[in-house]
Amino acid sequence: MSTGQVIKRAKYKTSLKDPGTDGVLKLTEEKLFFRPNDPTSNMKLEVDFKSIQSHRNTKEGSNKPPWLNLGHSQGNYIFELASYPDLNVCREFVGAAVLLLCFTLGSISTLSGIALSRNKSGEAPPAISGEQLSPAEMELRIKLLREDSKLQKLHRELVASGKLTESEFWATRKKLLDKDESRKLKQRVGFKNSMIFDTKPMSDGRTNQVTFSLTPEIKNQIFALKPAVHQAFLNFVPSKMTEKDFWTKYFRAEYLHSTKNAVAAAAEAAEDEELAVFLKDDEILEKESRKKVRRVDPTLDMEADQGDDYTHLPDHGIFRDGSKEVSEAQHQLCRRTLLQDLNRQGAVVLEGRTLDSEMEHQRTVAEVLERTRHESDGDIEQERRNRISRMTQIEDLQEQGDHPFAPLCIKDPREYFDSQQANAVKTLDHSQAGMDQTRCNLSSEEAYGFLKVSISKIKTLGISDPLVSPEIASKVLAGLTKNISTSKYQYGKNSQESVLDILPNTTKEQLLDHWVCSQELLRHFWSSYPITTSNLNTKVNRLKDSISQMYSKLEEIKVSARSDMRHQVSLIVHPMQQVLDAALLHYDADKRKRNAKAQRLNGYA
Amino acid sequence: MKFSIEDVTVYFPYDNIYPEQYAYMLELKRALDARGHCLLEMPTGTGKTIALLSLITSYTLSKPQNPVKLIYCTRTVHEMEKTLAELKLLHNYQLQHLGPSAKILAVGLSSRKNLCINPRVLAAENRDSVDAGCRKLTASWVRAVAAENPRIPTCEFFEQYERAGSSAVLPPGVYTLQDLRAFGKEKGWCPYFLARHMVQFANVVVYSYQYLLDPKVASIISKEMQRESVVVFDEAHNIDNVCIEALSVSVRRQTIEGARRNLHKINQEIDKFKATDAGRLRAEYNRLVEGLALRGDLRASDAWLANPALPDDILKEAVPGNIRRAEHFLHVLRRLVQYLEGRLETENLEKESPIAFVASILNHAGIDQKTLKFCYDRLHSLMLTLEITDTDEFLHIQTICDFATLVGTYARGFSVIIEPYDERMPHIPDPVLQLCCHDASLAIKPVFERFQSVVITSGTLSPIDLYPRLLNFNPVVSRSFTMSLTRDCICPMVLTRGSDQLPVSTKFDMRSDLGVVRNYGRLLLEMASVVPDGIVCFFVSYSYMDGIVNSWNENGILKEIMQHKLVFIETQDVVETTLALDNYRKACDCGRGAVFFSVARGKVAEGIDFDRHYGRLVIMFGVPFQYTLSKILLARLEYLRDTFQIKEGDFLTFDALRQAAQCVGRVIRSKADYGMMVFADKRYSRHDKRSKLPGWILSHLREAHLNLSTDMALHIAREFLRKMAQPYDKTGGSGNKTLLSQEDLEKMMAEGKMNDMLH
Repeated sequence: MSTGQVIKRAKYKTSLKDPGTDGVLKLTEEKLFFRPNDPTSNMKLEVDFKSIQSHRNTKEGSNKPPWLNLGHSQGNYIFELASYPDLNVCREFVGAAVLLLCFTLGSISTLSGIALSRNKSGEAPPAISGEQLSPAEMELRIKLLREDSKLQKLHRELVASGKLTESEFWATRKKLLDKDESRKLKQRVGFKNSMIFDTKPMSDGRTNQVTFSLTPEIKNQIFALKPAVHQAFLNFVPSKMTEKDFWTKYFRAEYLHSTKNAVAAAAEAAEDEELAVFLKDDEILEKESRKKVRRVDPTLDMEADQGDDYTHLPDHGIFRDGSKEVSEAQHQLCRRTLLQDLNRQGAVVLEGRTLDSEMEHQRTVAEVLERTRHESDGDIEQERRNRISRMTQIEDLQEQGDHPFAPLCIKDPREYFDSQQANAVKTLDHSQAGMDQTRCNLSSEEAYGFLKVSISKIKTLGISDPLVSPEIASKVLAGLTKNISTSKYQYGKNSQESVLDILPNTTKEQLLDHWVCSQELLRHFWSSYPITTSNLNTKVNRLKDSISQMYSKLEEIKVSARSDMRHQVSLIVHPMQQVLDAALLHYDADKRKRNAKAQRLNGYA
Repeated sequence: MKFSIEDVTVYFPYDNIYPEQYAYMLELKRALDARGHCLLEMPTGTGKTIALLSLITSYTLSKPQNPVKLIYCTRTVHEMEKTLAELKLLHNYQLQHLGPSAKILAVGLSSRKNLCINPRVLAAENRDSVDAGCRKLTASWVRAVAAENPRIPTCEFFEQYERAGSSAVLPPGVYTLQDLRAFGKEKGWCPYFLARHMVQFANVVVYSYQYLLDPKVASIISKEMQRESVVVFDEAHNIDNVCIEALSVSVRRQTIEGARRNLHKINQEIDKFKATDAGRLRAEYNRLVEGLALRGDLRASDAWLANPALPDDILKEAVPGNIRRAEHFLHVLRRLVQYLEGRLETENLEKESPIAFVASILNHAGIDQKTLKFCYDRLHSLMLTLEITDTDEFLHIQTICDFATLVGTYARGFSVIIEPYDERMPHIPDPVLQLCCHDASLAIKPVFERFQSVVITSGTLSPIDLYPRLLNFNPVVSRSFTMSLTRDCICPMVLTRGSDQLPVSTKFDMRSDLGVVRNYGRLLLEMASVVPDGIVCFFVSYSYMDGIVNSWNENGILKEIMQHKLVFIETQDVVETTLALDNYRKACDCGRGAVFFSVARGKVAEGIDFDRHYGRLVIMFGVPFQYTLSKILLARLEYLRDTFQIKEGDFLTFDALRQAAQCVGRVIRSKADYGMMVFADKRYSRHDKRSKLPGWILSHLREAHLNLSTDMALHIAREFLRKMAQPYDKTGGSGNKTLLSQEDLEKMMAEGKMNDMLH
């Protein structure tokens, strides 16, 4: 693709049914050409990508031939490529070209970086935006835009028109860009709790033969549980024996082990040194555990007791009183017990998978084990200390004042709800503070006095003089109810239906676009406060301009709406304008404040 | 908080205090005032340790004219670390409130293995080789040679410590083992010898039981402690066992073989010295004639294990003439080893009193009692003369000498038992000659006599009147506290029947019954599906646990359990058990949940806490009786009956129940914690067994929970967990305060109500 053009053999079809004309499809940055093999054919094509509005293709694996379908304003160009790989190349190219065109239509300066990275020939002027992007990242961005038409639209709207820079636009979408990263970090399936039980043999019942069915999963588990087996596998297979032989031997050893016949096992191991590997104690594990035991929590470190001065002399203390049990002096081999297996398994399950299963075979165990202990000793010591101090505190004796959360302790539900109510009222008060404060200068006695006077007035006079004249009241009421009834008539019947649905399509789309656009702008606007750098300052200024543009655009929509819809439109537009208003207000206030500050600073200077 | 108990102002590092902690301190204070010993039982999870530390340190602070030293004994190193961590918390608090006048020095002391920072020595695997490795670098004669020959390696940390001389001191503060190591590394001083040295000056010393109880160790380390000390034995419910172990020795075939090798080696050494440095042997002989078994004051680095007999029982006279010469002593030892070997070759079980045994030695080997008694001292002297540093090589001959000294010293309270094989494995010949002590009071007697106050405390000391008899002392205070609970945060249950309504038990005739095994399995399985986080199971013995886990594995119950929780198991390998515990905690922390299988009387049951989410349920499978066919146990029971009039059955039940209580008591750490305890054996429902449980468990054991089957227990568990999940008022509401703030305390004291509440 770095050559900037693609040439492929293809058939051009005017419609799906058309058998097509053989020829060569050539794609360049701006245009696509089709030259039929038959020079007399009039199926020659030369199309600007500008006119291409959509591109589709058949999926690999479907039984359709590899078609590339490019839509333009009048219809489709269909090309049947020779193969799917060809199709993929073309599709990629077309996608990129279409996108690139929509970029180049917009601001050149911001996209020069892209152009630079895309065609390494260096035709485009060097980047001004100062942002150097790796081709891979660019690829990703382009792909994202291509996959999401809405995003593309927004991108065109904001970036192409210079309201936001390319990097600003993507800064808020880090998540999208990190998609591939996050896919790697995604939770992986751990090991099952009961691993060692998964390799039970099946016997056919007639002969003495048993069959083990091994899946890669089971092999993996065995490797994880027994590093020595893994080591042996890496050593023996395939240089010394086949994989099948290896496993046969392994299970033979397991069988010997399960019979608990140490003598037989020893005899067999003496003859077969590979088999002996499975019966011996796992040295890797031992080494590992010796290392691990130095890091355990000191409050459960029983190893430290082992021989705490002079207490574990041989033959001192009571030897055989039944409380201590001597394990039978066993043979070097076959010492592993079920209990040890269970412990080992628990450890492995907790450790989780260290590797992806496919990669496992290529790596040596040593490497794997190495990787697991990259923690520095200092951290461990610190952690041990923290842990022990956490353990020593008795929780409920200590007053716990410094928690950032309220303790969940509902003694009396009634009280709880009352306090919640009070809170709610309080917040309400805050929101109305501006209005209320002016009027709230009355003391309760005064208020009571007024109330008493007016009540006594009413008592004596009766309500002869209404507060509002009836005519006005009925007018207002009629106006309000009318409004209700019409809207009820129009969209109240179906709760599922929103106001937007009754608007004409173009208006609706426009509104939605503006909504998305203004949201994006506002997000950027608010995130740039407080203004600390000049960069932010220019950004805010730029954003403010676009916001006011947006504002006027909304106004336009409102005005241009059909008269019967105007009310609904304004209902929708109003909150949008409100938020924009808020932003503008903030901008002005902030500017004034900063100017004042600057003056003050100057004054002092 | 700060409050006063009579004339002592107590500084307590928390904002609130449990009423029972206050009461505990009050009793303790009275015992200190009376300069007597006391016995205090307080439930686990009520902050015993901090109450104890607060009171004793505050007591010293209030009475600066006669300061008391605190010697705090723990059973394990990790408990030592825990205690020191709590002390650190307290010390910081006191410093905050009193300023520098509250400064104390507190050190933990452990073996070289846990304190050494010399990487070359540490590379050794087990403890004995660490000790020997240290001796090889620090023994006085090695250093003397090294002074002339720089190629002889020494320990740079020890050298620097020696060079610093008297200026090598620890500044005041609280030092855990880790802190000691860090300090040693920073200064370049050996932390082990520094700590050994500082023990004399420290205000608080925390170390293991053996440092006081085992004469072999105590006379090296604790010799210098002043009388004005308070000795605390924490978690002391097993203290009688520690005492009798300290004075027991056994001889096996390996010992005999090893001793032979040792004697051969010593012989070679003697010959070598005769050829090169005969003067040294002569000097030793002269010293022995003068009656000095040991040459004056030994340097700390040369100190070896001391005499196995108690200090008062060691003869203060000259070594008898027949063993003064090195080669004569070797002959005596050879004859002794020969005789012991002959006794090991017995077909039948033999039991003898020490007097009879000594008489038979005299008849057959011609060694009299006095000679036997001096065996240890004579060997020690010889080893020093021969400048033997690899002491770990000579443990076998040392065992023989310890045996000889003990058997020559004590006529009562011991017996010699020779068993040709283990009862449970009669097909494997493994003869053992054991000298076992039956009288726990022997080893602890010097402690009671030497120190002003001895405090014996634990969560389970029931029945509390038995301990003074076992240990033969008169406590001035002996009390058992109950727990005032805000809510019923412990839920003990006795499960007598399985899900099929058949009785469950680990009684000998029932324990291998498959039905019982299955019922136990179902119980755990059902509980695992209901109880969140951690579950701990205790079995009566390793072999029983091994058997039951294997049969659960075979019938698939284990797999089903593992669908709910991971399984970790205590094994006889300490390293593996430690890692299993660590993983168990990890599994509980991460929410996967786990089951831990452990053994009553095992290492885990003794000292590991399963508090909070680490243990929401303990199941005690069976009654952890001792192995009643053990000859040693039978001998001890006989002795107890004859001497202290304690009935065999009573003692066995007491012993089993204290172990069970100890196991289940590990789940709770504070009143905010909660946990269930299932006693899964039909025998627990009998009154004579049950009533031996500590009061704080009994008071929560409801009548309705005494005879449950699995399904009922499951129902109760569900209800209990639901109840515990509700928020609650920590202070216990207005009626019965279970958490006191400073004001509460002051108010109550003003009203004089405290005493009413506590009694």
